[in-house]
Amino acid sequence: MNHFPEAWGRPRNDVYGAYNWAHLHGQQQPQTHTQTPIVTGTSVVAIKYKDGTVIAADNLASYGALARFTNVHRLKRFNRKTVVGFGGDVSDMQHIDRLLQELNVEENYYGNGESQDDDRALMSAKNVHKYLSKVMYKRRSDFNPLWNAILVAGLDEQDKPFLAYVDLLGTTFSGPSLATGFGAHLAQPILRHLVPDEQSTMSLSKEQAVEAVKECMKVLFYRDARSMNEYSIAVIDKQGVELKNKVPLENQSWDFADRIRGYGTQTV
Amino acid sequence: MTSIGTGYDLQNSVFSPDGRNFQVEYAAKAAENGGTAIGIRCKNGVVLALEKLVTSKLAKKGANKQISTVDRNIGAVSSGLLPDGRHLASRARDEAASWRSTYKAPIPVASLADRMGTYVQAHTRFNSVRPFGVTLLVGGWDAETDIDVDGAVGAGPSVGAGGRAKGAKHGGPYLYMIEPSGNCTGWLATATGKGRQAAKAELEKLQLDANEDDCITLEEGVKEAARIIHVAHEDNKDKEFELEMTWVSAVSGPTKGRHEPVPKTILDEAERLAKKALDGDDDEDGKMDE
Repeated sequence: MNHFPEAWGRPRNDVYGAYNWAHLHGQQQPQTHTQTPIVTGTSVVAIKYKDGTVIAADNLASYGALARFTNVHRLKRFNRKTVVGFGGDVSDMQHIDRLLQELNVEENYYGNGESQDDDRALMSAKNVHKYLSKVMYKRRSDFNPLWNAILVAGLDEQDKPFLAYVDLLGTTFSGPSLATGFGAHLAQPILRHLVPDEQSTMSLSKEQAVEAVKECMKVLFYRDARSMNEYSIAVIDKQGVELKNKVPLENQSWDFADRIRGYGTQTV
Repeated sequence: MTSIGTGYDLQNSVFSPDGRNFQVEYAAKAAENGGTAIGIRCKNGVVLALEKLVTSKLAKKGANKQISTVDRNIGAVSSGLLPDGRHLASRARDEAASWRSTYKAPIPVASLADRMGTYVQAHTRFNSVRPFGVTLLVGGWDAETDIDVDGAVGAGPSVGAGGRAKGAKHGGPYLYMIEPSGNCTGWLATATGKGRQAAKAELEKLQLDANEDDCITLEEGVKEAARIIHVAHEDNKDKEFELEMTWVSAVSGPTKGRHEPVPKTILDEAERLAKKALDGDDDEDGKMDE
């Protein structure tokens, strides 16, 4: 970005005299924080079902249009109740992951909270989401955002399914199904068909939820040029987190393609 | 002790004519008066145990834990002035966190023990501070498996330049003791506090050489630790105590590389065997057979 005032269409020098640079103290430039994400991950998709939450994101980190890194796992397990899915800048994702690990170590000095009968206070997905939303809002208020759209999926304190969103602006919301990036346009309509409201999640089985998310990942791969055909998927319920990092995309349909010829008049 | 009362023991960091720091020696006295704490380095893990003296029947059982976890894989227990022990545990956690923020990996036990030794030693250098009235035991397990750098994305190359050496193994169980002087030493097993002499005598009877086949396992270590704490308590029999015990094993072991309290069922069983061994053969060396 060009910060020089001449580039902003200010009045002409020959009419109003030369620009007074004094306030810039010589060569000093205004402080510029993160202006654009560089290495990025695309959509994250998630849906609640009657016992838990399913979340998925593909394993690609793009460098602009270049599919630069193909084994980047964007779902991070926090504890047996929480998985965090990251879209957006990957270096900021690493930073947040380290923050979460630090938090996890601090919170679990007295036992790891991993076993089912551990009755110590364990951070729920709701707590993790609250923490992340505070971090994200603080950073954007400093005009130095962490360039991510994040889904926090898991269980709340009462072991009820929990799913919520937070992004680089500190905006938060929750819903029966959520998706970031392209997913908000392509996956959400499919998922909403299945769970139009909170009530309908109560009748959704784990298999149905996983199937729906897999379908969304397929549609996203068809239509999103920054996506990839290998993804991570996690199911969080009372049994804990079941996270698979290298799931190939299956049942793609391309057979129709050889029947398409030209763009109108072509027949061969 | 000829110099006592001649003015060389009034301030910290003052050398007596024969080169001693009496304030540190007094601190060591305070440390020796606490409940017995022991650490045992077994073949596949480390056990820390503490004889927690119960001053009143009104104290809630199982509450007020005194063995602290540092990072995930390291435990710290101290004997002596309780608040000093808490302060050191807090310092150890800060050190572990700062190591992580620099190196993006958990701190090795040896490095943590060394840093704690340095910190304790710093409190023998100025007359504006007093030495710590505790002896600190630091025990933990350094991961021997390949662990990810904190926040790592992707796996990196599996072979070639930047790849990993096949079958390389590092890490293992470690146990260190830090004294009020800042002296930090590694041990196969060690004890501190009131009953340390009796405890050390018992510890010397154990096979602790990891190269030997009959080196004690973590499970045996838990039972031995319970028994030794009970033996060490003999001198102090009129006072009630509670046994507090934690362990840390390899990622493949029962604690999955984390420092944790010993589960209640295992702890109760170990204590039952310990009491049986004590009642059974008081005259013998108390060696128990299961």
